[in-house]
Amino acid sequence: MANEYHNHKEILLNYIQSPLSEKTGNKISEIIAFIKREKVNQPIIGISLNSSSIIAGAYQLKDRILEYLQERDLNAEIIPLGALGVTSYEPVVTIQLPGKTKLIYKNVNDENIIAILDGTLNNFIPEDHVFAQVKNKLHEVWEQVPFLHEISFFQNQQRLLLSNCGIINPESIEEYISNGGYASYLKILRENTPAEVCQIIEQSNLKGRGGDGYPTGKKWKVALESPSDQKYLICNAGESDPGAFMERLLIESDPHKIVEGIAISAYAIGAQKAFIYIESEYNLAIERLQMAIQQAKAWGLLGHNIFESGYNLDIVVKRGAGAYVCGEETALISSLEGKRGKPRSKPPYPATRGLFGKPTVVNNVETLINVPVIIEKGVEWYNSVGTAESKGTKLFSVSGKVEFPGIIEVAMGTKLRDIIFRIAGGIAKGKKFKAVHIGGPSGGCLGENHLDTPIDFNSIMLTGTSLGSAGMVILDEDNCIIDTVKYFMDFLQKESCGVCIPCREGTRRMHEILENISKRPKDDQSHTTLQRFKGVMQLENLAEVLKDTSMCGLGRKAANPVLTSLKWFRSEYEDHIFDRRCEAGVCQELRTFEIDVDACTGCTLCARKCPSGAIYGTPKNAHFIVQDKCIGCGICYNTCKFSAIISK
Amino acid sequence: MPEIDQILEKYPFVQPENLIPILQEIQDETGYLSQEAIVRVGRYLNVPTSKIYGLATFYNQFRFEEKAKFQIKICNGTSCHVKSNILIIKEIEKKLGIKLGEVTRDKMFSLEETSCMGACGYGPVISINDKFFTQMTVVKTIHLLDSYLYKEEK
Repeated sequence: MANEYHNHKEILLNYIQSPLSEKTGNKISEIIAFIKREKVNQPIIGISLNSSSIIAGAYQLKDRILEYLQERDLNAEIIPLGALGVTSYEPVVTIQLPGKTKLIYKNVNDENIIAILDGTLNNFIPEDHVFAQVKNKLHEVWEQVPFLHEISFFQNQQRLLLSNCGIINPESIEEYISNGGYASYLKILRENTPAEVCQIIEQSNLKGRGGDGYPTGKKWKVALESPSDQKYLICNAGESDPGAFMERLLIESDPHKIVEGIAISAYAIGAQKAFIYIESEYNLAIERLQMAIQQAKAWGLLGHNIFESGYNLDIVVKRGAGAYVCGEETALISSLEGKRGKPRSKPPYPATRGLFGKPTVVNNVETLINVPVIIEKGVEWYNSVGTAESKGTKLFSVSGKVEFPGIIEVAMGTKLRDIIFRIAGGIAKGKKFKAVHIGGPSGGCLGENHLDTPIDFNSIMLTGTSLGSAGMVILDEDNCIIDTVKYFMDFLQKESCGVCIPCREGTRRMHEILENISKRPKDDQSHTTLQRFKGVMQLENLAEVLKDTSMCGLGRKAANPVLTSLKWFRSEYEDHIFDRRCEAGVCQELRTFEIDVDACTGCTLCARKCPSGAIYGTPKNAHFIVQDKCIGCGICYNTCKFSAIISK
Repeated sequence: MPEIDQILEKYPFVQPENLIPILQEIQDETGYLSQEAIVRVGRYLNVPTSKIYGLATFYNQFRFEEKAKFQIKICNGTSCHVKSNILIIKEIEKKLGIKLGEVTRDKMFSLEETSCMGACGYGPVISINDKFFTQMTVVKTIHLLDSYLYKEEK
């Protein structure tokens, strides 16, 4: 394989360098077809190995397949794959037989794999687990198996950035190149000056996908025009949002695309050193990124005097140490400098004075991988995708109570309804849709009447939320809005860096108020009842103060979950405060208890344990609870041995 | 502390930006940041120990207590949260008699929450020493903990 590898290297490098017309050389197209597995002479078995499938048991599955092949003395090539997108279908296994289209199986485990392999290798498809087949005009089609691109989950997406995910082997640079990779990079190295690249990106109207939607081209130009001997590009690959996983899966599935995006962007701003700041828990993603960088170096795509253009670039992976605030660019820079991740006040903007005082551009993964696509397809084409103000596509990690949680990519302007009901398959278990929380801790909740909102920076801003980290969590009727907001507030108050007072104190107070609302007042003597009633008013005031006076994005957006939920789900707050009722039954301390007269044996245990003396009754007779005295602690519920206490 | 010296040797230049990678490597190697380790790093990098401690406590990754034998991590991503992971946390807390972020007295179990593990289709997820358990319910949790406790008794 090593020798073959070497030969391919020369040919592939020629392939990406030469202009289009010369690509049709026979030898080259043969090799490309070989690498793309258009013609195979033995079965190819692909196993999705990403953080999602590993949790679902992909490593055990791989061992089982190897064992199977060994036992039966069969020849087959086994390749790792990234994530196709639907996380609830992991582990995914693909099997491609010579001359036939590639089959994709879902939810494969070490029990059903035998039946799948037995069947498929003998040209028979076990119907239970087959998911789709990949269309290719050179291959014979399997009957009665849907095509991948016709499945609703994929049909309604526009996969520009995810095109390779789950299809190619993320650990092979050859596959990336034969699927058109690194061509944009070498093209701009050959044909364009950095200023021209900035110009192209500015014309493409690409907006930063980190949440604020700042025009990327503009940022780059400022950095390019700042005079300095050293400039830096930082790729922010730390999601930190507790509910988003798309960048992680993306890096694991297509690491070379990130390397290419970084390389082009670094060239455009004249940076010779780039950093990738990534969460330290993303072990597999780090491993694959490092592998991709190594391969790119070995192929001369990174390093010194790249392809005799006189341009040098080094990419370094830096592990973050876990802090949500480090998603903010100045905090990220502090963290890279080896300090506490505290944001600085702006200006000066990092584009003029950033890492070690040098001009620095910080972009997130999604922004950077848009760049090769724009170069490849051209500005005009890119501008035809999306809405008038927001161009291109947007990635989301959809999770929560939907049928098919996963990573998706849709054109800007797609309606929320299409994402939730067409792509993600609607609400799981036939429950009713309640809300969708967009953008993690800095985003907000939208309800049923916002389902027709198109997803783009402006429309989402108008509803009071933000695209933020693009985590989309769908809530159903069993979820409580107050509880969800409380969850984010708890997260934010823990993650607030403590530099500015509004954020440090404000998030804590908001969390306290929410805690108060979701509890019964312990007694009527002090001011607790009054405080509860004032809760909503205070929340609103606090939220406004936070928005106006916080130093960085974390604080300014911290109030978003509260403000949006107050705006669109006010009745739920009122239910909690005035009626002391949580309809979804999530807020534990608002539960009410009753005693089932038939089941109660009168053992008096609950009455003895009750801290507020709310349970009355005589021994051997059914007891009862005085609701006014009950504080809802649930001790009686836990102590009753006869399940006579009913929680409502 | 030979292992710490070995790590420090990899960073021959005294640069403050190496502080976080050094601490990360020490934690990877020894499982936590001991007092001696912090003092040693401070001497090497010429940074006051208080500064290092201040930095390390800022980030979520660093631990200052010895690792337990079985580290239970429970995913507290938004998706697992809306799928009621709180019930499982409560169950483990009740069973082991510790709270989130604590270690049992015999250093057998520790309980931590982590951010999203990326398996949102399979929530709630917990992991015990890098072994994953998916779609947890209260009953499953009880069985799982019992099996670990049983193993321990043996």
